[in-house]
Amino acid sequence: MALWRQLTRGLHALTHRDAADRDVADEVEHYLEQATAEHLARGLAPADARRAARLEIGNPASLREEVRSSGWEHTIETLLTDLRYAARRLRRSPGFACVAIVTLGLGIGASTSVFSAANPILFERLPYPQAQRIVTIWEERKDGGRLASTFGAYRAMVERCQAFEALAVMRAWQPTIVGGTQPERVDGQRVSATYFRALGVSPTLGRDLLDAEDVLNGPRVAIVSDGLWRRRFGADPSILGRQITLDDVSYTIVGVMPPRFENVLTPAAEVWAPLQYDRALPPQGREWGHHLRIVGRLRQDASLEQARGELDQLLRDMATIYGTALADYGVPAGFVVTSLQHDITGAVRPAFLAVLGAVGLLLAIACVNVTNLLLGRGAQRRGEFAMRAALGAGRGRLIRQLLTESVLLALLGGGLGLLAATVGVRALVALSPPELPRANAIELDTTVFAFALGVSMLIGIAVGLIPGLHASRTDLHSGMHPGSRHTASHQFTRRLLVVAEVALALVLLVSAGLLLRSLQRLISISPGFDPSHLLTMQVQTSRRFDPSTTHNFYERALDAVRDVPGVETAAFSSQLPLSGDLDEYGVHFEPEPGGPPEGGYSTFRYAVTPGYLGTMGIPLLKGRMLDERDGSGAPISVLISQSLATRKFGSVDPIGKRLYVGRQGQPWYTIVGVVGDVKQASLAASESDAVYIPTVQWYSVDNVLSLVVRTRGDAGTMAPAIRNAIWSVDKDQPVVRIAMMDELLAATAAERRFAMILFEVFALVALVLAATGIYGVLAGSVAERTREIGIRAALGASRHNILGLVVGQGMALTAIGIVIGLAGAAVASGGLETLLFSVSRIDPITYAGVIAMLLMVSAIACWIPARRAACVDPSITLRAE
Amino acid sequence: MDRADSPDKPSTDVIQGTLDMLILKTLSLEPMHGFGIARRVEQVSRGVFKVNPGSLLTALQRLERAGWLSAEWQQTANSRRAKIYTLTRAGRKQLEIETSEWTRRASAIARLLKAET
Repeated sequence: MALWRQLTRGLHALTHRDAADRDVADEVEHYLEQATAEHLARGLAPADARRAARLEIGNPASLREEVRSSGWEHTIETLLTDLRYAARRLRRSPGFACVAIVTLGLGIGASTSVFSAANPILFERLPYPQAQRIVTIWEERKDGGRLASTFGAYRAMVERCQAFEALAVMRAWQPTIVGGTQPERVDGQRVSATYFRALGVSPTLGRDLLDAEDVLNGPRVAIVSDGLWRRRFGADPSILGRQITLDDVSYTIVGVMPPRFENVLTPAAEVWAPLQYDRALPPQGREWGHHLRIVGRLRQDASLEQARGELDQLLRDMATIYGTALADYGVPAGFVVTSLQHDITGAVRPAFLAVLGAVGLLLAIACVNVTNLLLGRGAQRRGEFAMRAALGAGRGRLIRQLLTESVLLALLGGGLGLLAATVGVRALVALSPPELPRANAIELDTTVFAFALGVSMLIGIAVGLIPGLHASRTDLHSGMHPGSRHTASHQFTRRLLVVAEVALALVLLVSAGLLLRSLQRLISISPGFDPSHLLTMQVQTSRRFDPSTTHNFYERALDAVRDVPGVETAAFSSQLPLSGDLDEYGVHFEPEPGGPPEGGYSTFRYAVTPGYLGTMGIPLLKGRMLDERDGSGAPISVLISQSLATRKFGSVDPIGKRLYVGRQGQPWYTIVGVVGDVKQASLAASESDAVYIPTVQWYSVDNVLSLVVRTRGDAGTMAPAIRNAIWSVDKDQPVVRIAMMDELLAATAAERRFAMILFEVFALVALVLAATGIYGVLAGSVAERTREIGIRAALGASRHNILGLVVGQGMALTAIGIVIGLAGAAVASGGLETLLFSVSRIDPITYAGVIAMLLMVSAIACWIPARRAACVDPSITLRAE
Repeated sequence: MDRADSPDKPSTDVIQGTLDMLILKTLSLEPMHGFGIARRVEQVSRGVFKVNPGSLLTALQRLERAGWLSAEWQQTANSRRAKIYTLTRAGRKQLEIETSEWTRRASAIARLLKAET
């Protein structure tokens, strides 16, 4: 109630200022009158009585002011006055205002864009209830590598671990929806019935999966995403119970997920069906294949430590629980439990942290620059401040006025920055590495607005404080005297700021340089094949095809593709380098007679049609290529990579040696050739042990193969013709993942490229800002020292001397900044370490190049004011006094 | 500005934080205008306290906004307006609170001082 009265009275006073003022004036006047009357009554003469009353009360004007300024509304009034004044001042110097606003806008826009992209990855919780309790569990290999888990391990966890409220298991699934005009391949997941419970979400329409449905040969049910529901079913509310044909099997739709459901584990997933693995865990079954991801929701009262402890215990018990089944596949060396948040964002975290740091530096430079501008302007406005101080403005009042001006500048800059961020965020997402986690959560939401506003306010205060303190320290006398030269202190501050700017710019430039050189090194690595004019796509076959139908289809498809004009050669492979495929098998070599049995070598297995190596341009180093002789009935032939040959045989000729790949009990394969190493996982990866086997000789059938086509002309334009050639054989087989090989190559460096491009842009802006900072300080200093320079010239200093004087001053600042920046860069580059590739963080070439560039740019920035100084005509300057 | 009734004993400003209580107490007797309140405080305290007009008028504005006083403009004889303040019910309650709080503190201080000597 009292608060309400405060508010309404204050508002009333604000909106009816004249009436409120009259009230105060009347009350004060009445007070004075009463006091006078009292003195009169004591017998003083009217004039004396009035004087005595005045003496008692003081100046009525300041009394009125005191009463008037006591309410809260007065603060707002002052603020409005200050704002009006600040706006007027900015309008009067539009050049300054524009430069300052654009500089701040750049800084705020860049940092807001980066923040909005980094927020869901680095800071925000996942969009699930109590998301901090959701964890993922991986298996750990003996060499420390991470490995997907098995259904067997999952069942053991479900039965023995108490720390979890729900444990779920899933694998990616890419079924093809048949029916309708064209077969459409969608992303999906096969999940245990607990999956959505573990995440803490449930369908909006229909029901969740049931435990009873997640059993071997259980009912075929599916849940679809909101997007799929709208796209394929026209958002039909009666969808429940309808059938959907996935991979030639009919599923009953039992649920639709909410539109805002963000499935961070497989963001593109649109359909979910129960996993339906065999809980009896047959030893040779898929139940022991390492291809499942496990998520769990910890109990309210359970800690991560407790979960780790239980899993460690489980690990010790595994061998006794499952014994023989595990012997073939090896007990994992350990289980790794991490929070889901960390699991999905961990990979891009270093890049985003680095970029966030970079944009912070950029923002700092922008602030320093604007502080410098404000200081320079403060120097020009000293007369004004002195006048205001003389009229009674306190120091606090002056600082407040200046802070209002700088905050107004920063807010205008912030507005501009937000506008820039709307574009910037989109550019950032476009630039970002593919499969950026939580990409669909990146938007300019209220958090981002709050961030921009907060940053703007902070910057407004930060950039206004130093100039405010300086200006308010103005000595009245010298301030009002136009010719005074008491400028030493603000010049000193401005120089400090320039040094800071150069140092910050150096840190950014060095970081950008290191990233650039890493990327150069990475790109100069040969992938082991010729990526130009190479078109790739994935061709899938129906799971209902028997092996001969599948082989037959691929053979006819290949013939059709080879007939397309412009195609030079074409071939199929079970996995494609640099595409994300990672198909590893154990290779067992035939032991030397009498020697010990050979352990398994983990290698990449390529099931290929004979022309694959030729089409890819992978060189043959020894022996012969695979060819038509290696048919389905013939003895099995295999090619091995050079790295595997060296690792196993050293200098011994491997041709004719024998091995087998994968499961036991197969005939020996004979090595017929050695081929060059290929980068499979990424350009930066070192493992390249590989085996190549003809598809028709492989013991099982790959029903997903990648087509590689070497074309004569532009490969990109040929994709539709080639796809239609495949569909001319059978139009129901999906053709997906169409990509140019050089795109795939570029994508493997995407994360580094992303960081590098941003650093490059920020560093360039920083360089420009630092240069304008140096220029501004020197220009200001030359303008203030015109008289001194005139005297020097009059006393015989040559143009050369004066040029040297000014340039020397600027270069000295640059040199100090460089020294400080070097220390900063040495520290900051530590944060970049994971993004660097075969470049030391103290790479001397980068540092030398950056220093040379900074010196050159600052020399240019010094030259212009120096020339102006050299042109000072002593006769004019001295007469001007 | 110092106004002293006797030159040997200069009057002091009202003790920090007690002005509100003194105003409320003064108004509990009868409605009054600002100057009247000031004079009454000075007279009743026998010139020990003097009331600064600025503090008084801002305090009146504050108390009125807090709802403890109500104010009314009245026409005076020589066609001026005078602002007459009246204690409200909330103000009366507040006066009780402040009085008992003051008594509590004053007696505590008195006890302390007595214990010292």
